Amino acid sequence: MSTGEIWIAFYTILRREIRRFMRIWPQTLLPPAITMSLYFAIFGNLIGSRIGEMGGFSYMQYIVPGLIMMSVITNSYSNVASSFFSAKFQHSIQELLVSPTPNWVILAGYVLGGVARGLCVGLTVTILSLFFTKLHLHNLFLTVLVVILTAIMFSLGGFVNALFARSFDDVSIVPTFILTPLTYLGGVFYSISLLPDLWQGVSMLNPVLYMVNAFRYGILGVSDINITWALVIISVFIVVLSYVGITLLNRGRGIRN
Amino acid sequence: MAYAIEIKDLKKRYENGFEALKGIDLNVDEGDFFALLGPNGAGKSTTIGILCSLVNKSEGQVRIFGVDIDKDFAKAKQYLGVVPQEFNFNVFETVFNVVVTQAGFYGIPLDVAQTRAEKYLKQLDLWDKKDVQSRMLSGGMKRRLMIARALIHEPKILILDEPTAGVDIELRRSMWEFIRQLNEKGTTIILTTHYLEEAEQLCRNIAIINSGEIVENTSVKALLKTLSSETFIFDLDSPVTEIDIDGFETKLASDGASIEVAVNKGQALNDIFTYLESKNARVVSMRNKSNRLEELFVKLIKGN
Repeated sequence: MSTGEIWIAFYTILRREIRRFMRIWPQTLLPPAITMSLYFAIFGNLIGSRIGEMGGFSYMQYIVPGLIMMSVITNSYSNVASSFFSAKFQHSIQELLVSPTPNWVILAGYVLGGVARGLCVGLTVTILSLFFTKLHLHNLFLTVLVVILTAIMFSLGGFVNALFARSFDDVSIVPTFILTPLTYLGGVFYSISLLPDLWQGVSMLNPVLYMVNAFRYGILGVSDINITWALVIISVFIVVLSYVGITLLNRGRGIRN
Repeated sequence: MAYAIEIKDLKKRYENGFEALKGIDLNVDEGDFFALLGPNGAGKSTTIGILCSLVNKSEGQVRIFGVDIDKDFAKAKQYLGVVPQEFNFNVFETVFNVVVTQAGFYGIPLDVAQTRAEKYLKQLDLWDKKDVQSRMLSGGMKRRLMIARALIHEPKILILDEPTAGVDIELRRSMWEFIRQLNEKGTTIILTTHYLEEAEQLCRNIAIINSGEIVENTSVKALLKTLSSETFIFDLDSPVTEIDIDGFETKLASDGASIEVAVNKGQALNDIFTYLESKNARVVSMRNKSNRLEELFVKLIKGN
C-alpha cells in the first residue's frame, strides 16, 4: 500500500471507532459523566469540606485531576477492549484481516480510537468539574502530554486484553480486578505522604500513581513523585505494550487460525 | 495463460495435530469459473482461509497472480475479494457504511468508495436499504451485502464460500446471473458449494478435495465424460406389473407407476422406449435420479 492508502486505511478505522462510541453515547459517554458528577458532589463537596486541605489545595481541587485521569484510563482501556473483542466475536475483524491494511495500522487505528474516547470523556469530566470548583493550569503542555500518553498506554493495554480474551468475561476481568484497584490506590483520592513508609514504598510500584501525579502536577503544580520518572515509566509501558500488541497481531493470536 | 492462483504442496496442521491439508497442488486459470468441492471438513474452507490470510499455513507455497503470499501478502490481497460462508460484518453498521468502510481498508478514497458503493448496492438490489442497520436485513440480503462488500475494491478474483446456502431459488438464480456476468467481464470466480447442479451449470473447471487431498482436478466436461452410468426415472401413465429390458438394470417402484433404469455408456435410450411401447406403457415424464456431478462426486469421495 502507498502512504496515501495507508493513511486512508488508518483514518477509516479511526472514524469507525469514533462513530461507534458516539452512536452508543448512553453507554460510553453518559455513565462516566454521571459517576464523576457523583464523586464531585459526594467526595468533593460533602466529605471534602470536612477533610480540609490536601497538598495546599481544597480536597475538591485535589481530587479533580485524579478523577479526570481515572475516567481517561478506564474509558481508553474499555473502548479498545470491548470494540476489538466485539469485532473478534462477530467475526467482523475478518474485514480488516482480508484487506491489505498493515497490522501496525490496525493497532494504531484502534488505539487512537481509544484515545479519542478517553479524551472525549476526560474533557466532559473536566467541564463538569468546573461546576464544582475552579481549576488553574500550572503547565498546559505537561497536562496534555500526560493525558495523551496515558490514554495511549491504556488503549494498548485494552488491545492486548482483547487479543487474549475468549469471552466477554475475559474483557471485564482486567478492569475489575486489576485496573480499578490500581486506580483507587494510585493516589486519586489521597497523597501517598499520608501513608506509612512501607505502604508509600508499595505504592511506588503502582504505575497509575505516576500518571495521576504527573497529571495533577500539570494542573495544580503538586506531586508525590518525580515527573521525569513518570514520563519515563509511561513511555516504557507504551513501547512494551506496542511491541506485545504488534507481535501478537503478526502471529494472529486469537484472530487467525 | 497466467494462473490466477497457484498452490504448491500446501499443508495445514492444527495445534491439536489434525492435518487439514496434506500437501495439495492446485492451479486456477485467470478468468476461470472454478469450483472447489468436497464434503464437510475436507479442507475447502481451510484452503480459502489460507488464500485470504484468515488461516496461517504450515507449509507450501501460494501465489496470487504471481505474487507469493510469503513475500508480499498485502499486494496479493488486493487481487482477492472474499464472500465467506458466515455473516461477518458489523451488524450495527448501516448497509452503506459496511461497504464504504471496507473500501477504506483497501486505501480507496471516500468519494470513490461512495460512488462504487452506490453502483454495487444498486446492482444487487440493496440501494433502498442503504441506511438500514445490516442486522435488520433478511438472509438473502445479507449475502448480497457481502458480495457488494467483496467487490468494492474491484478484485480480479472473487472467492465465494457457500454463497447460496439458505438462499431461496429465485434469489439464487439472480445471484448466479450477476456472478456469471462478472466472470464474463474477466473476474476469476472460485466457488465452493454443496449444490452440485450449480457447479455443473456454472463452472468450467473443478477440483474435488477430500480428507485434505485433491482427489480430482479437471474440467467439468472431462469429468462428466468419465461418468460410466446414469440412472433415469421414467414415470408411466398406468402401472406395470413387471419390467425386464434386455441389457439394462431396472427397478420397479412399489406402485408400478415408475421405473428406474441404469443406462451404461454406449447404451441407447431408444431401446427403453421401444420396450415400454411394446408393453403399451406411455412415458409421461423422465428425469435423472440424481445430478450427474453428484453421482461422480459420491463415487470419488467413496473411492477415496
